[in-house]
Amino acid sequence: MLHIENLHVAVEDTPILRGVTLAVEPGEIHAIMGPNGSGKSTLAQVLAGREGYDITEGSATYCGQDLLELAPEERACAGLFLAFQYPVEIPGVNSTYFLRQSYNELRKQRGEEELDAFDFLGLIREKLALVEMDESFLKRSVNEGFSGGEKKRHEILQMAVLEPKLSILDETDSGLDIDALRIVAQGVNQLHAPDKAVVVVTHYQRLLNYIVPDFVHVLYEGRIVQSGGKELALTLEEKGYDWVKEPVQ
Amino acid sequence: MNGVAHYQSCFNDLVGTDELVSLRQKAIEHFADAGFPTTKDEEWAFTNIGPLTRINFELAASSSAPDGLDNYRYGLNGLVFVDGHFARAHSHLNGLSAGVRVEHLGDAIASNGDLVSESLGQAATTEDEAFTALNTAFLQDGAVVYLPPGAVVDQPIHLLFVSTGQRANVVSHPRVLVVAEANTQATIVESYVGLDSEPYLTNSVSEFFVGPNAVLDHYRVQRESTAAFHIAATHVREERAAQFRSTAITLGGRLTRHHVHTALEGEGVDSTLNGLYIEDGAQHVDNHTLIEHAQPHCQSHEFYKGILGGRATGVFRGKIHVHQAAQKTDAYQANQNLLLSETAQINTKPQLEIYADDVKCSHGATIGQLDEDALFYLRSRGIGHQEAIRVLTRAFAGEVLDRVRVPALKDQLDQLVDHRLDRAAAAVAP
Repeated sequence: MLHIENLHVAVEDTPILRGVTLAVEPGEIHAIMGPNGSGKSTLAQVLAGREGYDITEGSATYCGQDLLELAPEERACAGLFLAFQYPVEIPGVNSTYFLRQSYNELRKQRGEEELDAFDFLGLIREKLALVEMDESFLKRSVNEGFSGGEKKRHEILQMAVLEPKLSILDETDSGLDIDALRIVAQGVNQLHAPDKAVVVVTHYQRLLNYIVPDFVHVLYEGRIVQSGGKELALTLEEKGYDWVKEPVQ
Repeated sequence: MNGVAHYQSCFNDLVGTDELVSLRQKAIEHFADAGFPTTKDEEWAFTNIGPLTRINFELAASSSAPDGLDNYRYGLNGLVFVDGHFARAHSHLNGLSAGVRVEHLGDAIASNGDLVSESLGQAATTEDEAFTALNTAFLQDGAVVYLPPGAVVDQPIHLLFVSTGQRANVVSHPRVLVVAEANTQATIVESYVGLDSEPYLTNSVSEFFVGPNAVLDHYRVQRESTAAFHIAATHVREERAAQFRSTAITLGGRLTRHHVHTALEGEGVDSTLNGLYIEDGAQHVDNHTLIEHAQPHCQSHEFYKGILGGRATGVFRGKIHVHQAAQKTDAYQANQNLLLSETAQINTKPQLEIYADDVKCSHGATIGQLDEDALFYLRSRGIGHQEAIRVLTRAFAGEVLDRVRVPALKDQLDQLVDHRLDRAAAAVAP
């Protein structure tokens, strides 16, 4: 589904990713772990199409397409979803409008008819229950005045509405209390299916108790320095990131 | 003939109403003394009216009302003026409660001459105000609204000033006088629209006397043609515990200057000035406000937002003057600007002048582009670049539009603004 080959990315001449290679296939859950500054968020942002990154070498293909050639909205329409580490507050843009607009853009792309406000409300009610969010939130502006936990649940709500093929969760666990973490993880697990894939980017092993990965990769200084099964996360938790730094140096 | 002499000569040719002669005479003298302001005047530093002063504008002979007037009524009733002349046949207002008068100046002088002579020119003084003096010197027609004590008018009163723009270099001097006595409540919609593309000048002056405990909602919608010069002054005097809420929307005009002066002259006044200006092409808009806190325990809220694209230029200058007596003043001012192009420009200057020591005053001015993070967020959810720009600019304008409390007006303003922003978004997106 996603094939990243020797990806090099720089920001204003400073290399951040220095040769990332990763393959994600349908049905798989991958965790990318690493210390601060290792390039985890850059990888997530580049895959979603954020501007301001120079791709100096390598490639990324997604479902047979050159991912890096696509505009962010085209990636979304092709089924790629990024749950933001820091969801953006957008005053004056109503949450329901935003969700419906985005849902309908994806439907249009698939050649399906747009859903009207009434039918969409039915859909959204069902999805709200999944992330235990109150209906009152639909009247609010996108992320405006949301608590940290609400913002992250809102990301998962969007994921539930858009039903992406490939979801990249960028530190969705950071800043969550245990209840919110459980809700978020439960949402992700319920949405997972054999034709879908998830990439969880995280600093801590904690989330992986709830979302169990098939593969764990350790990103350090812009490269994947270790890959393994879910037990790798436990080793990391026990030994710390210093343990992976050594073989690099 | 230079500008000032031209208007003096026009003044001499005009046979006006007897009751207004002395007021007008004084005004033309004030105008001749002051002359047109230049960019050397601090208050006009960023607005060059050279192109306006080089045209010798003429008063229109009576103009017939154009077709399609209903498109500009926002579904509201009231008085209509065409090129400065009262259009009686098109002015309707039914069901006003007893004593409420909404009439054109001539009728008001006949029916209530004392009121007119006691109020007219008492808020908008002509000294040192060249354009107000010019308006007053050519005072012939205008709208007078009188609310007797306790009157509550449910339906908004619409004062519509149409410029046909069919003949070049026509000037109109619209005048509005609103006297709201104690405990009254009403909504006044003042709107200006230009239909054709010949250059013209609208030089309007509006005076509002808001009595004790009166609540006055005011909307001002400016949709002049892009060939138009629009110079306007709004003067408001508020008595004890009065509430005045104004929202000024500026969409049109080649060059617009709107000066607003509110004087909070009684205790406990609550005064709100909202503004939204959306300009592109080579339009210029200058919003110039002065809020004068003269008495204690008053609040003022000022919230102006601007969206400028193309080569449009804008000025916001907001002064809050707190007199020594005005203890416990609570004044807030914000001016936020969104620049959609690299060639659009805004000069914003908040100014606080505070002579009382126990007050709460704050101000903030921002100038910025669209939030890149928000754009990316929307795009990452499948919303196209152009649509994302439109959504964000619309949200920016929405903060002011959402304060419009007349549903029929709000619906049409939403549409007008959407239309303008579609154009702006199309010009920005790659």
